[in-house]
Amino acid sequence: MNMLQVSVWRGGGDGEYRSYEVPRQESQSVLDVVTYIQRNIDATLSYRFACRVGMCGACAMTVNGVARWTCRTHVAKVDQGGAIQIAPLANLPVVKDLVSDMREFFDKWARARGQFAPRATRKDAFARVASDSPGRLAADAGIECIGCGVCYASCDVVSWNPDYLGPAALNRAWTLVNDVRDGARRERLAAVAGDAGCHACHTHLSCSERCPKSIAPTASIAGLKRAVAIAAWKGEL
Amino acid sequence: MNGAGRGYAAVRVAAARPGAKSETWMWIAQRASAALLALCVLVHLATIIYAVRHGLSGEAILARTRGNGVGLAFYALYVLAIAVHAPIGLRSLLQEWLGWRSASLNWFMGAVALALFAFGLRAGWAVFAAPT
Repeated sequence: MNMLQVSVWRGGGDGEYRSYEVPRQESQSVLDVVTYIQRNIDATLSYRFACRVGMCGACAMTVNGVARWTCRTHVAKVDQGGAIQIAPLANLPVVKDLVSDMREFFDKWARARGQFAPRATRKDAFARVASDSPGRLAADAGIECIGCGVCYASCDVVSWNPDYLGPAALNRAWTLVNDVRDGARRERLAAVAGDAGCHACHTHLSCSERCPKSIAPTASIAGLKRAVAIAAWKGEL
Repeated sequence: MNGAGRGYAAVRVAAARPGAKSETWMWIAQRASAALLALCVLVHLATIIYAVRHGLSGEAILARTRGNGVGLAFYALYVLAIAVHAPIGLRSLLQEWLGWRSASLNWFMGAVALALFAFGLRAGWAVFAAPT
């Protein structure tokens, strides 16, 4: 039988790679490989997944050094001579094996004012937002984020500056800055400005290159830089 | 303000980032000085290429710069743009690569800016006020 040589990170931050042999199958995803190991070789292997169809963002891991969503990544696309290496996401603490601690990642969404703050009440009529309005189009470009953390794990600036909010949180803030129904624009722009916010981005584009949903957080961050600069100019920051 | 609940209050406290305003103005200053530098560097390079291609001697160059107010004003602007642009970029590098984030970094960068401005202006003045 055609076997795949799989090297998997085991243990916490000070763990090590362990090798497994997994039968090669047609249309096999990296998540299939991890699941095979857990169900057939070592039941103590920890990993995270939910939907298996690229919707939930739970199964992101580092595959051959690159952050990817494993459920939609075919082995055939990433294996190197019949071998793959699987590790937890970078730039986040390791809980165990392939499970990284996402707390800081999502706390930063909150720190970037990632919550919608409605201006209207339930007594007001529905807001009408034209589908071709500039704000709607800008929000649409970033709205499909599934929170997988691939961009965050791929970002050089996060690795240099642990306080940096990161591509996903800033992309979320940008979608809200463009939401005409939102009432916290000023606070949000203040929250995303500065050394830990949009101004730290060096436009390396790793986030945009690796986002499995083809979102361009770099463009969102550039938009935030412009919006924050205009706010500062008007004395509204 | 809205019905977002307890989590919202926690976030409001965290929203006030120290230095957000000054960082933003530094970013604006660096972008504006970059735009100015793009122009200044072109003029400076054209001047160098002209001087080299025409084989101008040191004395011939000084004859052109001596008492040239436009030249002095141009280089003063050029030096000012450098003194604004370079320290802001260097500050980011030192923050990220050395983890130097204390207030002393800002004092150091201020000193770098002053030194760049002073030495640059001194050079511009030297060719403007060169003795015959």
